[in-house]
Amino acid sequence: MSKPITVWDLPKEEFLASGHRMCQGCAAAITFRHVLKAAGKDTIVSMPTSCGEITSTVYPHSAWRIPWIHVAFENAAAVASGISAAIEALKRRGEIPKEKDINVIAMGGDGGTFDIGFQALSGTLERGDNVLYICYDNEAYMNTGIQRSGATPLGAWTTTTPVGKVWRGEWRPKKRKDLIAIAVAHNVPYAATATPAFPTDLYAKVKKALSIKGPKLMHVLSSCVPGWRIEPEKGIEVLKLAVLTGMWVNYEYENGTYRVTTPVPKRKPVKEYLRLQGRFRHLTDEDIKKIQELVDAEVEKINKLVGKQVIGPVEG
Amino acid sequence: MSLPGWKQLPIGVVILNPGNSVEYKTGEWRTLRPEIDQEKCIRCRTCWTFCPEGAILEVSEPYKTKAGREFKLTYKVNYEHCKGCGICSNECPAKAIAMVEEVI
Amino acid sequence: MGKVLPLGGNYAVAYAVKACKPEVITAYPISPQTTIVERLSEFVANGELDAEFLHVESEHSALSVAIGAAAAGARSYSATCSQGLALMNELLYIMAYVRLPMALTIVARALSAPINIWNDHSDFMSVNDSGWIMMMSSSNQEAYDEILLAYRIAEDPRVLLPVITAMDGYIQSHVVEPVEIVDDEEALSFAPKRRSWVTLNPDKPVTMGPVGDPNWYFEFKRQLWEAMKGSRAVFDEAVAEFAKKFGRSYSAIETYRLDDAEVAIVGMGSFMGTIKAYVDRARKDGIKVGALRVKLFRPFPAEDVAKALSNVKLVGVMDRALVPGSPTGGFLHSDVACSIKQAGLDVRTLGYIAGLGGRLLTMDNVRQMVDVLLKYKDSKEVPKEPIFIGVRE
Repeated sequence: MSKPITVWDLPKEEFLASGHRMCQGCAAAITFRHVLKAAGKDTIVSMPTSCGEITSTVYPHSAWRIPWIHVAFENAAAVASGISAAIEALKRRGEIPKEKDINVIAMGGDGGTFDIGFQALSGTLERGDNVLYICYDNEAYMNTGIQRSGATPLGAWTTTTPVGKVWRGEWRPKKRKDLIAIAVAHNVPYAATATPAFPTDLYAKVKKALSIKGPKLMHVLSSCVPGWRIEPEKGIEVLKLAVLTGMWVNYEYENGTYRVTTPVPKRKPVKEYLRLQGRFRHLTDEDIKKIQELVDAEVEKINKLVGKQVIGPVEG
Repeated sequence: MSLPGWKQLPIGVVILNPGNSVEYKTGEWRTLRPEIDQEKCIRCRTCWTFCPEGAILEVSEPYKTKAGREFKLTYKVNYEHCKGCGICSNECPAKAIAMVEEVI
Repeated sequence: MGKVLPLGGNYAVAYAVKACKPEVITAYPISPQTTIVERLSEFVANGELDAEFLHVESEHSALSVAIGAAAAGARSYSATCSQGLALMNELLYIMAYVRLPMALTIVARALSAPINIWNDHSDFMSVNDSGWIMMMSSSNQEAYDEILLAYRIAEDPRVLLPVITAMDGYIQSHVVEPVEIVDDEEALSFAPKRRSWVTLNPDKPVTMGPVGDPNWYFEFKRQLWEAMKGSRAVFDEAVAEFAKKFGRSYSAIETYRLDDAEVAIVGMGSFMGTIKAYVDRARKDGIKVGALRVKLFRPFPAEDVAKALSNVKLVGVMDRALVPGSPTGGFLHSDVACSIKQAGLDVRTLGYIAGLGGRLLTMDNVRQMVDVLLKYKDSKEVPKEPIFIGVRE
């Protein structure tokens, strides 16, 4: 195994320029920075409509120092497939040097991935197109002002799952759909979760994904200051807590094998993660107990995939 | 300010000099400003890593603390773009970054 | 010279696309378009055409792939119709405004509901404001030739707009006619790969498709108006060069026995064959009727249309798509009437709606159309509402 990546391995060069208009404390911006550091100069990004898209390319300004395209909301994966196909064809004709590796990355939010972009994503994955799809997941439609998406977790307040006399935030009784399992079911060679709170892990996974030909998927949990109702300085802290509570597990799938990349021998109670966020403020102890049970089940599922207990029990 | 007319714009809704967002000074959004205490800073790169703006600058400027510790690097804040979120301060393991109220 | 093959319109188009050597082909099956991409698949499968062929999961993704491919510098191709075109809708506008060239064939078919796979022009007409150059053929040879014209015009640096080439579903797509196939080298020398647009290239990064706020959006719309207008001269240049090179001449409109006509029928597509046949019959009876076929629909050849009709008393415009609630009931009629008005001519128009959802146009239907013109040619008032031809009352 190669030696683990440290923070000093992260390239200094920035491909996401300052002056973008993502919110104060935006974790997506941190995600984009490290994705691009890992991918490097020879990279083309296709982005669907999303908060990261509209805030980074307000004409005549753009923050993307690599070639970048936005077309519509539901098709980032298909656009990336087209780019990848063009590169293949132009290489065969000698118009792009054969030895030049160009990374094609589609990078969308959870709405653009779990919901409206799901069909195009499935197409790209099942065809085996040479694309890395990255979902930066802030768990709601933040661009339009915090509406519930297919990725919104149980109990979360959003503007379309408000807390009232009848409704108490998102009510889907199960964990949201499992994007990694969906990718694996498409027989992709590589799929991984990550979060910018563990930037070397994120960086290493993007590097690895891009070293593999074919369709790859990464699911990146990314906090949102207004949407999660957190203080702007808490964006990384809350993501660390997501991992330390088992609410989020950093793992990867590679050719049939699962590996947890951030082991958590003793978990913190999920309450610590929830209590930091205004979107979960209304939850009762009973609600939290239910969420804890969901997390316990998810952790057990992942431990089973890995074949050993890498994520431990909640510390007493 | 007068903006260019349609004849002056590049064809096809394309930005030909991307990265030019640096012209947009997001530093104006800031209400709290991070100040790095060079004496306390342990040069761990944490603030640089987590800054959403890429507004922590890692410069090759040597620094010697009063206690005699020598560093090859210095971290500085690009105040033109720092939005003052405070992630750097919150994550700093040495508690070397203070968030100070901006006075206009 | 090339060889002549017996080809349905779809196969004719497939041969033309093959000759233009696109790098990326992508489509989703839909009747009656499907045999175009079936034939292209065979060409690629046999090694006769070196292209990436992407089997997408929807027409939305088909055009998305084509946009991505064009943005990365490739010549791309797709074909669709009806609901498939409707599903592509938002992307048509985007591709035009980002100014990416491609050729897209519409094998014209009715729009649901009720679901109907047969021919009319409702799909074609529904995208008439999308910013694409749009032309419609009336023979399989013309359908073939339009592909060559499409790539030449689309990739011209003075244009940089995507082009729709349309033909009538089944009536053309599945009916065999002799079609002359040109050599690949000849096709490519007529429609060379210009690589004339800004692309996604890591050595020269650009941002495509940014947000255009109220300070900027309007300027890009204005830009497209000019590009569309300017494409007409390039079209004229292309058809002139085409005639020189291949011996077949086309123009934005085709007129038939209009010189001394008192009344005329204007329409598009394959029905014009029936109409021309009826004109010949009526002429034998001494009726002064002529016909005009619009080939190039966007940019609309307004001056040509007005000039050609300037000596006619009354014009009947046949639309094969219904615009419920509009003053004329049809896009073609509205554009023809407006062209005449803009030219300051004292020529009146009335409209027909005909051939919806695959309803055929008989010689007797055309006789009805001409009879209406003869009835009103000297009267002050003409019917304002469209006359529905061939519908049961």
